[in-house]
Amino acid sequence: MSAYIIRRMLYAIPILIGINLITFILFFVVNSPDDMALMQLGSKHTTELQIEDWKRERGYHLPLLYNTEQSGLGAVTETIFYQKSAKLFVFDFGSSDSGRDIGYDISQRMWPSLALAIPTLLVGLLVTITLALTIAFFRGTYIDYWAVIICVALISISSLFYIIGGQFLIGKLLKIVPISGFDTGLHALKFMILPVLIGIVGGIGSNTRWYRTIFLEEINKDYVRTARSKGLSEQVVLFKHVLRNALIPILTGVVVVLPLLFMGSLLTENFFGIPGLGSYTIDAINRQDFAIVRAMVFLGSVLYIIGLVLTDISYTLVDPRIRLS
Amino acid sequence: MTVRKISLALCCTGLFTFLVACSDQELNNPYRDNDSARSIIYSSFSERPKELDPVKSYNAGEYEFIAQIYEPPLQYHFLKRPYELVPLAAAKMPEKQFFDAQGAHLAEDVDPKQVAYTEYTVTIQSDISYQPHPAFSKDEAGEFRYHQLTATDLERINKLADFEMVASRILTAEDYVYQIKRLAHPNLHSPLAGLLSNYIQGFKDFRIDVLTQLDPQKSWLDLRQIAMTGVEVLDQQRYRIRVKGVYPQFIYWLSMPFFAPIPWEADRFYAQQGMAERNISFDWYPVGTGPYMLTENNPNLRMVLSKNPNFHGELYPTEGEPSDLDNGLLADAGKPLPFVDRIEFSLEKESIPYWNKFLQGYYDTSGISSDSFDQSVELNSRGEFGLSDEMIERDIKLSSAVATSLYYLGFNMLDPVIGGDTERARLLRRAISIAVDYDEFISIFRNGRGEPAQGPIPPGIFGFEEGQAGINPYVYDWQKDALKRKSIEQAKQLLSAAGYANGIDQKSGKPLILYFDTVSRGADSKALLNWMVKQFAKLDIQLVIRTTDGNRFMDKLDKGTFQIYQLGWNADYPDPENFFFLLYGPNSMALSKGQNYSNYQNPEYDQLFDKMKAMENSPQRLRIIQEMNAIVRADAPWVWSFYPKQYSLNHTWYKNVKPNLMANNTFKYRRVDAAKRAQMRKEWNDAVLWPVYVLFVVLLLSIVPAVISYRKRELARGL
Repeated sequence: MSAYIIRRMLYAIPILIGINLITFILFFVVNSPDDMALMQLGSKHTTELQIEDWKRERGYHLPLLYNTEQSGLGAVTETIFYQKSAKLFVFDFGSSDSGRDIGYDISQRMWPSLALAIPTLLVGLLVTITLALTIAFFRGTYIDYWAVIICVALISISSLFYIIGGQFLIGKLLKIVPISGFDTGLHALKFMILPVLIGIVGGIGSNTRWYRTIFLEEINKDYVRTARSKGLSEQVVLFKHVLRNALIPILTGVVVVLPLLFMGSLLTENFFGIPGLGSYTIDAINRQDFAIVRAMVFLGSVLYIIGLVLTDISYTLVDPRIRLS
Repeated sequence: MTVRKISLALCCTGLFTFLVACSDQELNNPYRDNDSARSIIYSSFSERPKELDPVKSYNAGEYEFIAQIYEPPLQYHFLKRPYELVPLAAAKMPEKQFFDAQGAHLAEDVDPKQVAYTEYTVTIQSDISYQPHPAFSKDEAGEFRYHQLTATDLERINKLADFEMVASRILTAEDYVYQIKRLAHPNLHSPLAGLLSNYIQGFKDFRIDVLTQLDPQKSWLDLRQIAMTGVEVLDQQRYRIRVKGVYPQFIYWLSMPFFAPIPWEADRFYAQQGMAERNISFDWYPVGTGPYMLTENNPNLRMVLSKNPNFHGELYPTEGEPSDLDNGLLADAGKPLPFVDRIEFSLEKESIPYWNKFLQGYYDTSGISSDSFDQSVELNSRGEFGLSDEMIERDIKLSSAVATSLYYLGFNMLDPVIGGDTERARLLRRAISIAVDYDEFISIFRNGRGEPAQGPIPPGIFGFEEGQAGINPYVYDWQKDALKRKSIEQAKQLLSAAGYANGIDQKSGKPLILYFDTVSRGADSKALLNWMVKQFAKLDIQLVIRTTDGNRFMDKLDKGTFQIYQLGWNADYPDPENFFFLLYGPNSMALSKGQNYSNYQNPEYDQLFDKMKAMENSPQRLRIIQEMNAIVRADAPWVWSFYPKQYSLNHTWYKNVKPNLMANNTFKYRRVDAAKRAQMRKEWNDAVLWPVYVLFVVLLLSIVPAVISYRKRELARGL
């Protein structure tokens, strides 16, 4: 397995370089270093000299991808792309264009993102799997029929509606929890109830329907029929046999998103004022802070690759027939 | 089994109800402590302040914090209108003296052309001290405790509060001079550096001197050791600034945080290696003498200003406008400031949650966004805006003020069709000025929150004239004591006279097509752009909308590749020069990359501008302003769009609120009736729990048929 993991990590390097290059090109197609300088310095009373100074200080005076004034390796290394991207591969995120330490910011802001994402994921899984198993148990009945209709209806509703509706109903009308905000430590609990609840409700429709399909596929297999013929109760059949065998596709969906939980939820974080990494990224895009955008895209890509590797590893854990080679 | 589960669920519900009943705090209270007895202002910020260093900070969101911390020499009087400068840290208003090129003193009423430079002597108060800060702390030997920190010392340091010892010292004139030198420092990128280099003597040379003395091996350069010819410390309390020629507007800059004092000790302290990596800098921890100091800086969550224990004291103003007495704004006259112990700013990115929390009493004041306008404000029978019944019921107060800002639709005067000094182009621009109905725009798109602009100067600025005297005669008539926009027929006549009858160019026989460049704001701006197209269509002119992103838009303005654009300007200071310079020829974008984006040139206007700029407010200056207004109204390089009107809502417990669009340091005047707030919050935020119980019961009941069905199945299989 170690050889497999090392090989996958090596494969990741060209992928990350490619992602960096694409991010770089997309960013600089829309923003020039002059625009970035103006954004940081402000457009009122700013002179050309100040813009030049700002660019020089941060290395944005160099050519983007190829330096014609340099020869040999310097033609590639003396460019914005190389200077800004090389350090990322040793996870040195450097400073943002406004001068803040990106690594420090990430270390501070990943906790609120996790505080929101982990309970949403775990409780959401528990709820949706239970619901899906219940629906599978009542397959072909009116419960199954209405459950599918409700799931489709829930899928059709925009996540923004859940957020605004949830804030209106629970925060404004019922006044049970704060409408928005965040705090540290245990004080964060009361702020997390509503966004987590909204996250769970928002995911019920799609996840329940998906898991139901998986369970139904399993429930008709021979080993289930055998289990039943042995006289096992339906509860044991579902929870011990069906659930265990249905775990592979569920794991595929869950494990791959685990590392991405760090990256936060953009919409929820914005509406609830949760200072996570999702809002950090969007703020950076609005401020044209390339250093942060680049760091966050890189981090997201690395985490996604880790997620894929973890998924592969998890296959071997839940299904001994699978071997990584 | 099932009975056990139901019992457990009921126990949980009982426990929840018990906990709720025991809690004396509202369940939806977003604040940590029970603050019913505390004098705290609750406000918000929507994004992390970009800069808190007064050398760089230059926007309202940042000034909301640093203007409470730093004290420049002057400030705007809180109550008086028109806006009036008064001393803040200064003991008195700066003394101004004119000198000729030989250094001879000139009389005050001398011709500005004879003046080579002006000297401002600022005298500061002698009893002002800085807030407690580790940079001032000294050891027993009298050496600064934290000025020679090593990497080992910094190992246990992550934030400013990790430094155990703090101290203070008296404010001196040198601190103001030090900050002016920082403004010129090339590595600090002050947005004002370019402008000041044109005015303060020796500013440019100082930049060069700093560049030559900068040593990459040393983390700090002592700016006290480098002289700037235009700035001089006279003694402990006095310093002098020498400004080239006559620049009366300079005094307004002295009220901005750019000119606040910076102690060299703090600069030395923050410049040490390892500090910036820990975000220990001026940008994170301001050091001031003002009524408040930043005691919590977590821009991802909350920023807190607390009373500065070393604040020198200031009294609430005893004078104001006549209406201030009736409005209760002089009830605290002569009382010591500040009234409030703490100001808490919470991160609130979206307007809807903010608005709802304001209605619940968790914020003391709120602006009125378009989302909440209908809920908060109603048009009464007299056509005036008043509070809605819901707001009146909550005893919320409305305050409004016309901003010292202007929006305009600009023409590129270098464009061969719409620009230029020909009568044909002038008539075309005037016709468009009539056709683009900004009265309608204000009504549709701004819910009436604005006044149609008549020229470059907004209300509240010297030179603005009310009533008939102030109208733009090319667009409006004065009828029955009110503005009346000229008819579209008159616009068509002008268009015809310009040679574009029915929107057809009489010379070429081709339809007149104009291009409007604007920043794309997604689907939201579609209605607005459609409206704009319809305005031009009234004259049978085809308007092509060219939407782009902000950067490309600025690029087009820079290169002059546009015909029509829309922009706005917010006053830096309450002087007409700050608006007229936007049309000053030498300030054109094409010539000097200035802010005259229309590239308007009129020698007569420029001459008058030079004259007006150097004058103090006087009847003579007003006459020149009137002449300048007449010129630009006739030339119509802009369609004067509107002056925005700002509305704000305040809870009844939030006292001493008077919009002051120039001053940023107004938190010290605010007073909060904390007991009243606590009472209202309790009244408004009684949790409604019965729907939760109902939902719970419904869920339980819905499980019952499922359980029965399950049991039936199990039993059926058993048989």
